[in-house]
Amino acid sequence: MENNKTGINRFLTKISKPFVRFYNRFMDGSLGTKMSHFVMGSGNVYHGQIIKGLIYFIIQAGYALFMITCPEVNKTPLGYKAFINLITLGTQEGDIFTPADNSMLMLLFGVVTIGITLMYLFAYNSGIKSSYKADQDIKNYGKVTSFKQDAKEMLGNRFYITMLTPAALGAVVFTLLPTIFMILIAFTNYDKERQAGLKLFDWVGFDNFTAFFTNPTGEIAARFLPVLAWTLIWAFFATFLNYYGGILLALLINRKGLKGKKIFRAIFVLTIAIPQFVSLLAMRNLIGEYGPLQNFLVQTGILSEPMSFLANAPNVWTARITIILINLWVGIPYSMLLASGAIMNIPESLYEAAKIDGARKFTILRKITMPYIVFITTPYLISSFVGNITSFNIIYLLTSGNPKVTGGYIAGGTDLLVTWLYKLTIDEQQYNLGAVIGILTFLITSIVTLVTYRRSKSYKEEDAFQ
Amino acid sequence: MSDNTNTKTKIKFFNQTRSEKISKAGAYILLIALSIIWLYPILWILLNSLRTEFNVDGTMVGTVVSHYWPKQFGFDNFKTLFTNTYFPVWFRNTLFVAVFSCVLSTMLNLSVAYVMSKVKFRMRKPFMNIAIVMGLFPGFMSMIAIYYILKALGLTQTLTALILCYSAGAGLGFYVGKGFFDTVPQALIEAARIDGAGEARIFGSVILPISKPIIVYTALMSFTAPWMDFIFARVILGEQNTHLHTVAVGLYYMMYGQIVDTSRFTVFAAGCVCVAIPIVALFMYLQKYYIEGSTAGSVKG
Repeated sequence: MENNKTGINRFLTKISKPFVRFYNRFMDGSLGTKMSHFVMGSGNVYHGQIIKGLIYFIIQAGYALFMITCPEVNKTPLGYKAFINLITLGTQEGDIFTPADNSMLMLLFGVVTIGITLMYLFAYNSGIKSSYKADQDIKNYGKVTSFKQDAKEMLGNRFYITMLTPAALGAVVFTLLPTIFMILIAFTNYDKERQAGLKLFDWVGFDNFTAFFTNPTGEIAARFLPVLAWTLIWAFFATFLNYYGGILLALLINRKGLKGKKIFRAIFVLTIAIPQFVSLLAMRNLIGEYGPLQNFLVQTGILSEPMSFLANAPNVWTARITIILINLWVGIPYSMLLASGAIMNIPESLYEAAKIDGARKFTILRKITMPYIVFITTPYLISSFVGNITSFNIIYLLTSGNPKVTGGYIAGGTDLLVTWLYKLTIDEQQYNLGAVIGILTFLITSIVTLVTYRRSKSYKEEDAFQ
Repeated sequence: MSDNTNTKTKIKFFNQTRSEKISKAGAYILLIALSIIWLYPILWILLNSLRTEFNVDGTMVGTVVSHYWPKQFGFDNFKTLFTNTYFPVWFRNTLFVAVFSCVLSTMLNLSVAYVMSKVKFRMRKPFMNIAIVMGLFPGFMSMIAIYYILKALGLTQTLTALILCYSAGAGLGFYVGKGFFDTVPQALIEAARIDGAGEARIFGSVILPISKPIIVYTALMSFTAPWMDFIFARVILGEQNTHLHTVAVGLYYMMYGQIVDTSRFTVFAAGCVCVAIPIVALFMYLQKYYIEGSTAGSVKG
């Protein structure tokens, strides 16, 4: 009980900290700092930091102008109107004379305006901070820093800000905002019939999510579980078969006294270097009905006549097993490289100690080599499992998700969640359903990461080989 | 008594070398067999690019055929590739995108990696958590939104848009670089600081010179990505704009476009060879850095 209380207290203190700091600065600061809360940069001008003050002022003026004038792109406003539009997602139904409001752009611009506002608030806070710092400088040193000194600081103690800003901007515009946009799409009815500018779409709450689990027609719900199951089966086999296959290959190549290690390793690295679309499309044709492999199988009597192993396979499992096998070809070289690295790093002293103790070869392998490799490569195992859940190329290039399945909701027999997501959004424009699949995929990968990350951390703390 | 143990060890020794020999031979046979399996498809593409077989009416046989070894060799496919298709344009496009996105990505990626590793600023943990969470969303889920953001900027269907797509988010992939910078001793930085060097100087003239492995690794990865990706390139550049395609998209459409033209397989193979040779050469040349980088990333998580 007592503990719980302090927990809440600590949480509250943490939450309220920025506000307390804000309040303190306002009460404690000079007139200029107090002014800065209303007109950005006035504190700096008050202290004689003219250029810095002007920059802050321009930021505030620019933001205010942006919010009030609401500049339009493609007839859809940004600024304060974007906030209203974000809630309504458009009111003008289209008819023959007037086009409908573009709900999609309204949603996007709403998100963009929120992003710009957050950046403004960040600058606002930094403006007050800067003025408060000038107060402190006068109190402590009797003078403020010059603009030149401040600029120099950006390459000195505040260099990390200079370094992070471009990367952060890029990530916000090209990753963060788009992702938030797509998450929001999952809560709307934006689909093929409600294309941008043709018809409005609106917020529908959790309807899309419930459709995946309890749809009245049941179509998409009926497809979801099989696709999910195959995604997990695929990820499991693709990860573990490649992993242990790679370790075995590495043990084979790194055998003591074996000649031509470098040549063998180069052969397998070669397959990593070749772009996947080349090697996978080659594979697809090589094992196709007209390719030399089938010809060989027919001639030797293993097959009675050519058949499709991939997109047109008579049985879904034929295609699935073929994909997993081809993936061995793609993936084993990677894990071989990693395992090789681990093997070469095993301290010789460990082996010598084991030999002195009279350990047999197999025992050394079981007790030293394998645990060491597994210890070093466990993080790789986790990331490759996550990577396999979202692996797009191999499925798309080999089968495009086919063979077709009855009642498929365009999901074929080998479609993973991600290729299904791609088909739903790019080919079918069912953006809302695609977004839901994206979120569900995210939930799966984050659960896997969280669970295994904790495990691997406890693993690390053992320091077994350090 | 002593004689007895001596012969015993002798026999044991003798047997071991013999079984050793057998298992060694087995290892060689297995490795050679595996090498053949791994080289079989690669060699096949190479052979197809050189396959010059003619139909009765004098046209080239361009389709997939059931015999592995070509009946006749020649460079006709390459000639067709360079004179009758957009391949030279695709190649130039891809090279352009690759060079710029390589420079941009490497800069963004490594600056974030360095800061996350060596500067303990207040927002460090939240930033890292956000980056991890963002990395768990399927990358192309947000493609539609990116497409419209680029459209609002008036950039869609340009190669600049593609460069931004590949490199703008590069800062989020800082883990491998961070793993590398974590191994750089803090003392090195402290020493430079005592000597009065500013943070920018420290990064420029202390850290960068010893970071060649990670720079080469990051540059290699971001340079090769545009040659391999066809998801973003396809959506951003548009299906119809043949002159804007990258090699991956162009070659994919050559085989599986709206009109499936199976008779272009040998030309497609020639294109694949033209793409694969420079990339493979680069990988082989920088193999050491590639291996170092991928192991560093995995060990550090």
